Amino acid sequence: MTYKEIISKIKFDKIATHIILISVSLLSIFPFIWLISTSLKGNGENIFAYPPAIIPQDFTWANYTGVWDKVDFIGYFVNSMIVAGGTVLLNLILSAMAGYPLARMEFKGKKIAFFSVLATIMIPFQAIMLPVYIITLKLHLVDSVSNLAGFIGLIMPFAVSAFGIFLMRQAFLGIPKEMEEAAIVDGCSVWKLFWKVLIPMVKPSLAVLAIFTFIGSWGEFLWPSIVLTKESMYTLPVGVNNLQGMFSSNWRFIAAGSILSTIPILIFFLAMQRYFISGENEGAVKG
Amino acid sequence: MFKYYGKYAPYLFLLPAAAILLVFFFIPFFQTVYLSFFDYSSSLYAPSAIDFDNYIKLFQSPVFYKVLWNTFLYLFIAVPILAIFPLFVAILINQKIRGVTLYKILIYLPVIVSIVVAAIAFKWLYADQGILNYFVTKLGFQPIGWLTDPKWALLSVVIVTIWKGIGYYMIIYLAALMSVPQELYEACDIDGASFFRKHLTVTIPHIMPTIALVTTISAISAMKVFAEIYVMTKGGPLNSSKTIVYYIYERAFENLDLGYASAMAVVLLVIVMIFSLINIFCFERKKYDL
Repeated sequence: MTYKEIISKIKFDKIATHIILISVSLLSIFPFIWLISTSLKGNGENIFAYPPAIIPQDFTWANYTGVWDKVDFIGYFVNSMIVAGGTVLLNLILSAMAGYPLARMEFKGKKIAFFSVLATIMIPFQAIMLPVYIITLKLHLVDSVSNLAGFIGLIMPFAVSAFGIFLMRQAFLGIPKEMEEAAIVDGCSVWKLFWKVLIPMVKPSLAVLAIFTFIGSWGEFLWPSIVLTKESMYTLPVGVNNLQGMFSSNWRFIAAGSILSTIPILIFFLAMQRYFISGENEGAVKG
Repeated sequence: MFKYYGKYAPYLFLLPAAAILLVFFFIPFFQTVYLSFFDYSSSLYAPSAIDFDNYIKLFQSPVFYKVLWNTFLYLFIAVPILAIFPLFVAILINQKIRGVTLYKILIYLPVIVSIVVAAIAFKWLYADQGILNYFVTKLGFQPIGWLTDPKWALLSVVIVTIWKGIGYYMIIYLAALMSVPQELYEACDIDGASFFRKHLTVTIPHIMPTIALVTTISAISAMKVFAEIYVMTKGGPLNSSKTIVYYIYERAFENLDLGYASAMAVVLLVIVMIFSLINIFCFERKKYDL
């Protein structure tokens, strides 16, 4: 191969790579693009027209204002925020508290505790959801009792996860023992040592846990659709699914509502994208 | 190091998490097994103990076999594609080219968007007179009943799961690709090896553990699909897209047949536990210090 041939070969490879990657990217976003396109089409335009028009001919924002007036998106958003916020907060506190002794303390039953946590990884929520529902009912943690009880019921089954406990355990294992010794010599209690000295040192892991727990909780659909009975308690995924029933075949409204509901998580993703695509936190999201 | 904490300190730290795991994992786990030995179909309030009758009924039911078959079909279609295609994409992205971050963001986008929105978006693509059927007819075929034809419904739903998973597994592969020694690639380049040869002889053997990991985690999540089916087909038409979690949901929460649903849940538990054990003890040992 001459020098020139090598250069032309490299160039071709690069172009081919870009063509494939652009195609995959387009396939990834096309369903959304088509949804956005439909949501911007007015009543004067046939949304089933062949050939399909990506650029709306009868452009309008009316579907967005229409669906906004009929559906309480702010309410769904607030509910989702409460549930995701509560889930994140509890996961941070409980995972850190449980991860610490598993990393740093010696005690009777440590092995049992460790393997019990590991065992929960193998138990899919989908297989135990029925008893979880029965227990939640028995504890009166449902929205028919009160809104607060409803929120607690939405949060509690996901208040801690094996993933979080192991992540925090790993983080505590990485702290040099001298830190603890120094604090203890200074007369610090173990409780104070934990909150004042160790927690600030595991902030990066807490951030990772917070972000992935938030995404998981935000998108959760199965559990809220089982327990919720009142529309005023709907989280965004449940509310969006409900659009199908509300507007049956009005795809302009369903499309506009779906896109509206996606905006918050899209902003969150773009702001936090390095956590997701850097590859450092691989495997953190539930598949 | 001297012991600086009291005898009960470790237990107090563990207590809150242990309480949650006990109430919302371990008790429900045993209760699932327990419920599977009762019959609720005649009375919800006075169930009768029936030993293994639910299981016998289950394994004599053609619908259950259909559902189990659908679940494994789901797995057999989704898992190989999710194990291979994202690797291919990751290899392409892992080159010194422009726009890597943008590609990653766009390909990852389906992962973060709610599964409900994704399912609605695809339902719209799959509409009878929708955009996909436009291309199908343009190519000279009859329009396809993507979600209404029993031959196609399951495949149409699997496509959503695959589409939503590509970005996720791509990122896992990208992390693994960073660990492949660059000298090996340089050696290949000097030998003039082709793109495919280079990756077949260097990349694949090096990241085999990751491929195995992706295979098991995508298999576990394929076993658990629910929202796609709930939003798009409700398991229909004629049970053609019904998988095990959806069937458990339907039996438990719509038919209130708690015992029968629990027996199915036990079957699901056993399958997922086998996959998880393989995963933990073969591929994730290091993560858990086993």
